[in-house]
Amino acid sequence: MPALSRDEVAHLARLSRLDLTPAELDHFGAQLDVILSAVARVAEVAAADVPPTTHAVPVVNVTRPDRRRPSLTQAEALAAAPAAENGRFRVPRILDEEEQ
Amino acid sequence: MTDRVPFDEAIAAFDPVMGLEVHVELDTASKMFCGCPTEFGAEPNTQVCPVCLGLPGALPVVNEQAVESAIRIGLALNCSIASWCRFARKNYFYPDMPKDFQTSQYDEPIAFDGWLDVDVETEAGPQTYRVEIERAHMEEDTGKSTHVGGETGRIHGADHSLVDYNRAGVPLIEIVTKTIEVPGDLAPMVARAYASELRDLIVALGVSDAHMHQGSMRVDANLSLKPKGSTTLGTRTETKNVNSLRSVERAVRFEIERQAAVLGSGGTVTQETRHFLEADGTTTSGRSKEEAEDYRYFPEPDLTPVAPSDELVQRLRGTLPEAPAQRRRRLQQQWGISDHEMQSLLNAGAVELVEATIEAGADQATARKWWLGELARAANETGVDLAELPITSADVARIVALTDDGSLNDKLARQVIEGVLAGEGSPDAVVAARGLAVVSDDSALLAAIDDALAAQPDVAEKLRAGKVQVAGAVVGAVMKATRGQADAARVRELVLERAGVPGT
Amino acid sequence: MSAAELTRSTAAELAGRIAAGDVSAVEVAAAHLDQIAATDDSLHAFLTVDADGALEAAGAVDARRAAGEPLGPLAGVPLALKDVFVTRGLPTTCGSRILQNWIPPYDATVTARLRQAGVVILGKTNMDEFAMGSSTENSAYGPTHNPWALDRVPGGSSGGSSAAVAAYQAPLAIGTDTGGSIRQPAAVTGIVGVKPTYGGVSRYGLVAFSSSLDQGGPFARTVLDAALLHATIGGHDPMDATSIDAPLPAVVSAARGELGGVEGLRVGVVRQLQGEGYQPGVQARFDEMVTLLTELGAQIVEVDCPHFGYGLAAYYLIAPSEASSNLARFDGMRYGLRTGDDGSSSVEQVMGRTREAGFGDEVKRRIMLGTYALSAGYYDAYYGQAQKVRTLIRRDFEAAYETADVLISPTTPTVAFRIGERSDDPVAMYQADLATLPSSLYGGPAMSLPAGLGDDDLPVGLQIMAPVQADERVYRVGAALEAALHERWGGRLLDRAPALAGVGRGAR
Repeated sequence: MPALSRDEVAHLARLSRLDLTPAELDHFGAQLDVILSAVARVAEVAAADVPPTTHAVPVVNVTRPDRRRPSLTQAEALAAAPAAENGRFRVPRILDEEEQ
Repeated sequence: MTDRVPFDEAIAAFDPVMGLEVHVELDTASKMFCGCPTEFGAEPNTQVCPVCLGLPGALPVVNEQAVESAIRIGLALNCSIASWCRFARKNYFYPDMPKDFQTSQYDEPIAFDGWLDVDVETEAGPQTYRVEIERAHMEEDTGKSTHVGGETGRIHGADHSLVDYNRAGVPLIEIVTKTIEVPGDLAPMVARAYASELRDLIVALGVSDAHMHQGSMRVDANLSLKPKGSTTLGTRTETKNVNSLRSVERAVRFEIERQAAVLGSGGTVTQETRHFLEADGTTTSGRSKEEAEDYRYFPEPDLTPVAPSDELVQRLRGTLPEAPAQRRRRLQQQWGISDHEMQSLLNAGAVELVEATIEAGADQATARKWWLGELARAANETGVDLAELPITSADVARIVALTDDGSLNDKLARQVIEGVLAGEGSPDAVVAARGLAVVSDDSALLAAIDDALAAQPDVAEKLRAGKVQVAGAVVGAVMKATRGQADAARVRELVLERAGVPGT
Repeated sequence: MSAAELTRSTAAELAGRIAAGDVSAVEVAAAHLDQIAATDDSLHAFLTVDADGALEAAGAVDARRAAGEPLGPLAGVPLALKDVFVTRGLPTTCGSRILQNWIPPYDATVTARLRQAGVVILGKTNMDEFAMGSSTENSAYGPTHNPWALDRVPGGSSGGSSAAVAAYQAPLAIGTDTGGSIRQPAAVTGIVGVKPTYGGVSRYGLVAFSSSLDQGGPFARTVLDAALLHATIGGHDPMDATSIDAPLPAVVSAARGELGGVEGLRVGVVRQLQGEGYQPGVQARFDEMVTLLTELGAQIVEVDCPHFGYGLAAYYLIAPSEASSNLARFDGMRYGLRTGDDGSSSVEQVMGRTREAGFGDEVKRRIMLGTYALSAGYYDAYYGQAQKVRTLIRRDFEAAYETADVLISPTTPTVAFRIGERSDDPVAMYQADLATLPSSLYGGPAMSLPAGLGDDDLPVGLQIMAPVQADERVYRVGAALEAALHERWGGRLLDRAPALAGVGRGAR
């Protein structure tokens, strides 16, 4: 199982929004290699026809009726905000547009 | 200034391939995964809770009404309904996403493989195109950011952003078409017709008010070009911020022209998301991405699979309303109008509005006249869809009624419409405030007539001599004096009488 | 009663005395708060002690009692709550810098049910950061120390809760178990710990680590106390779509012996969960448990679970994958730490700096591991494959439960290791969960029961496992064994713990 290159580790860090230091990139990279070797053995198991399990107890259709429940107040919602302005959460400038 | 090739040239050289993705906000009482209200326009961050704010420890629970609406939309689009499907997490970081993942559906949509027929006017007459539907699935909306400090509230150059999470968690149904390939000259119209027909369907189902300008229905237009005769698909762009049916047509048209210019000059189209600019109908580059986003989809472990029973699906099938196309055929017959006349109504987005105006008491010909005439002109001038005009079908019906009973003439009616559109109030309120009633009080008219006759003694002479053709001059003067608020025919009658024309 | 007697009492005893009016809930709370004050400088089991809140809650129980209102079975009993459950108005840190001083605006369902039952929450306990670890050394606030030997770990990730009960700071505690984080600490601190069937206890308000594995559960010094607590917090919750919509298994009846003992019960010994890798003392205590069960009339059968050996690999793919997604929300935008926001940096930069500063090493490792396992191109080989292995492990259990009513194993391969011994070797640390992981992946209930002392005279636990939703079985077997062991020992295993300076821990 090929070791992770430094670039790959850097890519993972970027995807996860972790600003790792160069030393961390090296250190975690080495550790991730070891861990990946340990976990890669799941591939040893022949499981072509085996369905995956995502829920321990196989239940379907758990829903709730379309009814209102009390919301938080604006003050409660913003209470722990690192920065707030005019009833909104203030966040640093966004580079990439991701309109919904 | 972006290069573009004139539309006719563009479609002569290239065939467009379109895909339309529509997001519909459901108007359920509560959000997709929690009990917060879904109302538009509330104070920021007053319709949030631990779940939709993504607080640590919070868990989603599926809104059963949203599932039923999703199934009904799927059935109305002739889709197959999944007997078992799951939600999935779409993972990416963005400040308007409280969990930094969106709970959506990935490879198991609740509805798939459907179609919707759309009618467009072509040179050869009305044509029907079948738009195939790839899938319809359930997901949740994000919060809304406003960007501060930059130009025109856009992201570029902004200093910081302010986020309101009221909208986060509102149920969304995303409807994705398969690729649409129609003759190039029809592509923009087919795109618009699809959005319009879909909108009518959604409204008929009663699952959303589908107001494009308010964001409860959002259309993203995907477009790529193939050199004429080629089978190789080109690179496609996705255009967002398309806020009206008109804009759907304009956006597709512009992208065809723009991409033709790029390809025609030997360049390559960049795969990107573009932003439609209402002001000039162009699209601009929305974001530069070095790498395609890896969303790392996996099945949502906090929710159970959704497995609609056959009984449920059958019951919901029984609740489907008449399909818009069917309704139009029925109305066409009822109103006794031609295919062309109905197509005009459809193109203008006026069918429902006319129907509602008729239901409110107007006759069909007059209703059509106003909506296709004065009101369509007003919509075009302000660059909005007919349905977005701040005048209701009840208002129009009232104006028709006032014209029918003689209280208003056409000219006055136009002024009333202007007043209602300007936000001055209901038709009756505008009439009263502006004093627009037809002057039906003869004595007031007689006073004006006497003044006019006195001011034009030679005309008065001719009239007395029986030369009725000069009456117009007096009538005109009286109309001017009463600011058009007289019934011209009645004025003429009175003028002749008053002037002493023999025989009156 | 003296403070020492109060802190040495079981929850059942305290509840009885409070209900009878022999002692007030306030007195009970005060005695335990004093014990915390006397011992927590050495132990560091608590991150937040809420003396005011506890005394107020205790006072309310006393008032209800005085008014003649009926009290629940645990009313007035003090409890230590793992800092992974949100508590309205009380800091909830999950052992992380990124949530330092975060005050939730809501209560977890577990918290609410405890409050409703009149349980007196003394405070929030230390834990491995976001429940990732087996030693509580990954806490951003410093490790907790094992009351048996202060240079040893108390296990993890619920080390604070386990130490609190073992040191008589509270008779009850709540922990969470994802891969063994209740059972393993219980084993290495010599107390009872239970992971309920997945879905048996609501996860609403339990800050998620691995959504398909996390389960809240009880710590106590006796099987009955654990059952009483289990019954208080468990049961369906409409706010948690994964919670089981069925009546709670009869855990209290089972703990009282009302469902019988172990005579005639088929007890399966799992071939894969013993032997190599297990310390001699651990293996010896386990073998003695097998003998004891036989003496008590159980029928021992050998079961073969061939895929259990892949449990660690499957778990360390599934859990980090879910965690990488669950922890994405900690981005400095809405709550918690924000750092590196100098007014000109982008949101991407601020998120990156915040998470770099706010998360510890183990959390970062698992987030990256999870991100990798879910990546395009790797999903099928890693996460997808792990979920298939999970099915095979489930099938091993189902086959085993055809021939056995319960399964047993040592809870963990070693006794408590020294603080610092494994902190540089992640994979060595993961071995602590070898025996507990399979039942986590399967979703069935499991208990760790004190089984004796092992190497270095440190506690060893016996793991008792049962089929999904058959939680009463683990309590039935646990209670029977506990009774026999207490008779054999002339008391509890915990009685043999070296003295800790503190209220009432001097002479016996």
